[in-house]
Amino acid sequence: MAHDQSYKDRKFEVVGNRFKRPDGVEKVTGKARYGADTFAPGQLVGRILRSPHAHAKIKKINTAKAEKLPGVKAIITSKDLPDLTNGDIGLQNILENCMARGRALYDGHAVAAVAAVDEQTARKALKLIEVEYKVLPHVTDVDEAMKPDAPLLHDWIFTSGVDPKPTKPSNIAGRTEMGNGDVEAGFKDADVIVEKSFKTGQTHQGYIEPHACLASVNPDGSAELWVTTQGHFSFRNTCAALLGLDFAALKTTSSEIGGGFGGKTHVWGEPVALALSRKANRPVKLVMNRDEVFRATGPTSSTSIDVKIGAKKNGTITAASAELRYQGGAFPGPWAMLGCMTGFACYDIKNMKAVGWDVVVNRPKSTAYRAPSAPMAAFAIESTMDMVAKEIGMDSVDFRLKNVAREGTRAPYGPIYGPIGIEPTLEAVRDHPHMKAKLKKNQARGVACGFWFNIGGQTCTDLNIGTDGTVNLTVGTVDVGGARASLAMIAAEELGVPYDRVRVNIGDSASLGHNDTTEGSRGTFSSGMATIFAARDAIDVMKERAAKMWDIPVEDIVWENGVARATGKKHGNLPTLSLKEIAAKSHNTGGPIAGHNEITADGAGNGFASHICDVEVDPETGAARVVRYTVVQDAGKAIHLDYVEGQFQGAAAQGIGWALNEEYIYGEDGRLQNAGFLDYRIPVCSDLPFIDTKILEIPNPNHPYGIRGVGETSIVPPLAAVSNAIANAVGVRMTQVPMSPQRVLAALDDLDNAS
Amino acid sequence: MRYESPTTIKEVVGLLKKERGKAFVLAGGTDLLVGMKLGMIEPDLLVDIKHIPAMRTVKTSKTGFRIGAAVSCAELGEHKAMKKAWPGVVEAANLIGSDQVQGRCTVVGNLCNASPAADSVPALIAAGAKAVIVGADGRRTIAVENIATGPGKTCLKKGEVIEAITLPNQTKTSGDAYLRFTPRTEMDIAVVGVGINLTLEKGLVSKARVVLGAVAPTAITVPEAAEALIGTKVDKKALENLAAACSAACRPIDDKRGSAEYRTRIAGVMAVRAAKIAFKRAGSAA
Ligand SMILES: Cc1cc2nc3c(=O)[nH]c(=O)nc-3n(C[C@H](O)[C@H](O)[C@H](O)COP(=O)(O)OP(=O)(O)OC[C@H]3O[C@@H](n4cnc5c(N)ncnc54)[C@H](O)[C@@H]3O)c2cc1C
Repeated sequence: MAHDQSYKDRKFEVVGNRFKRPDGVEKVTGKARYGADTFAPGQLVGRILRSPHAHAKIKKINTAKAEKLPGVKAIITSKDLPDLTNGDIGLQNILENCMARGRALYDGHAVAAVAAVDEQTARKALKLIEVEYKVLPHVTDVDEAMKPDAPLLHDWIFTSGVDPKPTKPSNIAGRTEMGNGDVEAGFKDADVIVEKSFKTGQTHQGYIEPHACLASVNPDGSAELWVTTQGHFSFRNTCAALLGLDFAALKTTSSEIGGGFGGKTHVWGEPVALALSRKANRPVKLVMNRDEVFRATGPTSSTSIDVKIGAKKNGTITAASAELRYQGGAFPGPWAMLGCMTGFACYDIKNMKAVGWDVVVNRPKSTAYRAPSAPMAAFAIESTMDMVAKEIGMDSVDFRLKNVAREGTRAPYGPIYGPIGIEPTLEAVRDHPHMKAKLKKNQARGVACGFWFNIGGQTCTDLNIGTDGTVNLTVGTVDVGGARASLAMIAAEELGVPYDRVRVNIGDSASLGHNDTTEGSRGTFSSGMATIFAARDAIDVMKERAAKMWDIPVEDIVWENGVARATGKKHGNLPTLSLKEIAAKSHNTGGPIAGHNEITADGAGNGFASHICDVEVDPETGAARVVRYTVVQDAGKAIHLDYVEGQFQGAAAQGIGWALNEEYIYGEDGRLQNAGFLDYRIPVCSDLPFIDTKILEIPNPNHPYGIRGVGETSIVPPLAAVSNAIANAVGVRMTQVPMSPQRVLAALDDLDNAS
Repeated sequence: MRYESPTTIKEVVGLLKKERGKAFVLAGGTDLLVGMKLGMIEPDLLVDIKHIPAMRTVKTSKTGFRIGAAVSCAELGEHKAMKKAWPGVVEAANLIGSDQVQGRCTVVGNLCNASPAADSVPALIAAGAKAVIVGADGRRTIAVENIATGPGKTCLKKGEVIEAITLPNQTKTSGDAYLRFTPRTEMDIAVVGVGINLTLEKGLVSKARVVLGAVAPTAITVPEAAEALIGTKVDKKALENLAAACSAACRPIDDKRGSAEYRTRIAGVMAVRAAKIAFKRAGSAA
């Protein structure tokens, strides 16, 4: 049934409040079942043997000794995962990433796997597998990898997007360019031009729950996968394709998820667990340890970015350009392209050009991390924006407002913006009391902006009403950030019942049609839309049932505040029928009452945020500490206020960690040196101030409630907000992230030496 | 792997002596269990010392303090007399990890793990702490600075176990302090640690011990740094000399936690800050 997707202003009863989360009790009592928390009869323990080399040819794998170890039930190598990808290069890369095929491409690359009766036996077996490597030269730095004499990862990569097409393979997978106007002419018009180069370290999403799954494959080709994932449908499709199973035969259930942030949008060990189970003919549980999570599951790209911005003395930007180099780990990705698309998205720039280079290096395959690729581009561009403002002697917020993108501005990646929130967030920042708060010695303030697209996509939802008048909503988007609470609120709002009457359940892959992964801040936007439509379907059913109960035409019935009401003179004095009353009689009026919706939810509203950051810098140690922080972001419509604020705060916290301390550190040998939370320093509670939030609501015209995604945008501004604050505090412009104490102190020394 | 939890020190010594494979004493386990989980340590025998009553208490006597080897750092932090006499030692112990880690970990474990960056060790050395070691051949007492011989290495012989740490009484005009530098506020490993213990006479420093952590294979005592303070009121000049002496004594490595150059410089900065605190404590105690 067709439903109207457009936004309608209305007064909400349930939406916009703070309710108790439905998953709270189970989570705080430890009963919630995550990836590692399920068991199957006869299950084995799976473990993966990983390459200790950054780049090596695998000459021989001898599993004979390990196979003889009592308790070992299956050992697999790439031979047990034959290539069924039919030339699909994306799938091929996933397959090769799951299990090395003749070459280890990074420290931590899987080369073999074992299923054994217990953990100890599995570990022992790994030690008995003999792998003969021929170590090859490696490269882990994005700029180094682009050099003509760099060690080559793949002989099949010929840079795309350049003319003429190269005849020699290289590590540069592709070039993208986008923009508008004439930047050369624009720079000629500028009174001031600032050019600067930046580098950002590689970060990991740092979810607390490691990857874990329980896989079971039967000889008849049926299979089950219980897994911690952001998208069990895409996991099912990918795993089924790699193992040659029918989609319908691989029932995939998403567990509770202990954080994903993009890292659980991609399969890593799951196909391996399935292949082990297939070979052993027993269920196999595979749980990664932290070391494996860091070494072998998708971090984000490290980057190297040049920015050039020119402006008139009055603050108008005449031209801006950027060249962005992103590494995707050992396989090509869309990462530099996303940097190009997002970098200048907050501004209306007449002459703009962004060139992106996607590069492969000997590091784990990059995957999405919360607004993937945008924070690095924003770090470089928003830092340069502040430098330009300083050069022309303009307040940095005013300078941004002067060039701000509005409804009708063309986005760098093509489309014309609808109503967007960047200008209102900047105005809210300008007028925020935080901007006037006094600063202490060695403290200063910085501001930065950020953009994220947000996406919609395929969604399929069921709503079932019980005879007691309670509601089960079944959605196929994994609840990563509190969607169950928000969706229950939306269903309650539509049906006109209290929040606690609705229970939301994440359906497995066999119980609903395809749902795209919970990524791109799409969960509440798209499942919210499908929920509204499914509820409206159910309301139509209930109106029909009321018509039967009253024996009047359905056209004479309206649904209001959770009750059916007969209209018109003829039946004006009939008492209303509540959802509960209609449900109680459903067995006599046509059976169960349900609503359903399947949709491709288009029209996701763009997300914009502006942040204020105060830092204090210890000039003797170089340590920078964030002492106050405020997030202003446009939510379109905030459904559950705690969750929206929580997303803003969490995103800002991750951005601050990235800005100050988080970074993959590789040794000369190409091995990761800090594959653990002790030396990969995500912020702990005491590292952060309370992160204040301000929610703006500029309705998305393409959603009945005006919802935009809120999960990602606020990780984009912090890198530059922190950097701009440091520059204002101690006068040094940090061009490398993380801005660790050591780097800040070195920059302060350089400043001293220069003066 | 076997796990034993004896209730007397004698049994501990007996179990350790008899074991032919790899035997480990288990105190808080915050190093040991982490190593086992990572597959870096594969013991054949674990001897848990937390069930030995004498090892679970802090005893005060005329001569000073005796900290049982299984006393957790959190318990140490709640010991009023210890906190009053040796605030620097206690704050070092209470910098280890987090509340959760401190609920388990011990200063003896910190010492025996022999990490160059162990937090409690510089403070203990500055305080003149001694370790009481028990083995099949009886008891011996040695200064804490002689326990660690290199990263991950101690002078303990096979079958030996530390029973307790002893600390003298602190004099009225003395004060100690420990400071470390870490990029994070908690849950981090010292880039540099500094323990300082000062005694005043007529307002001037008469005795000093300055000990650095994380800048050499083991914690190091820096007599030149102590010299810089002795005879002074810890004035600007004295602090400059202190910083220079500390930096000069550093022999750090370059690693993921900090470059050699950075550690060397920060050693001076932290020493100055710790000296000011210790000086204040020594004065205010008078
Ligand atoms: C999250 C985390 C954070 C940490 N942060 C810090 C920090 O900030 N600063 C810091 O210095 N350390 C830190 N550590 C390391 C560790 O917590 C400390 O070294 C702690 O003091 C070890 O004490 P334990 O009692 O847990 O030792 P255990 O793990 O029980 O033992 C450590 C070693 O000492 C041996 N041992 C223990 N007791 C005896 C004894 N009585 N006689 C002989 N040998 C013995 C054991 O056999 C083992 O080899 C951290 C660890 C973790 C997991």
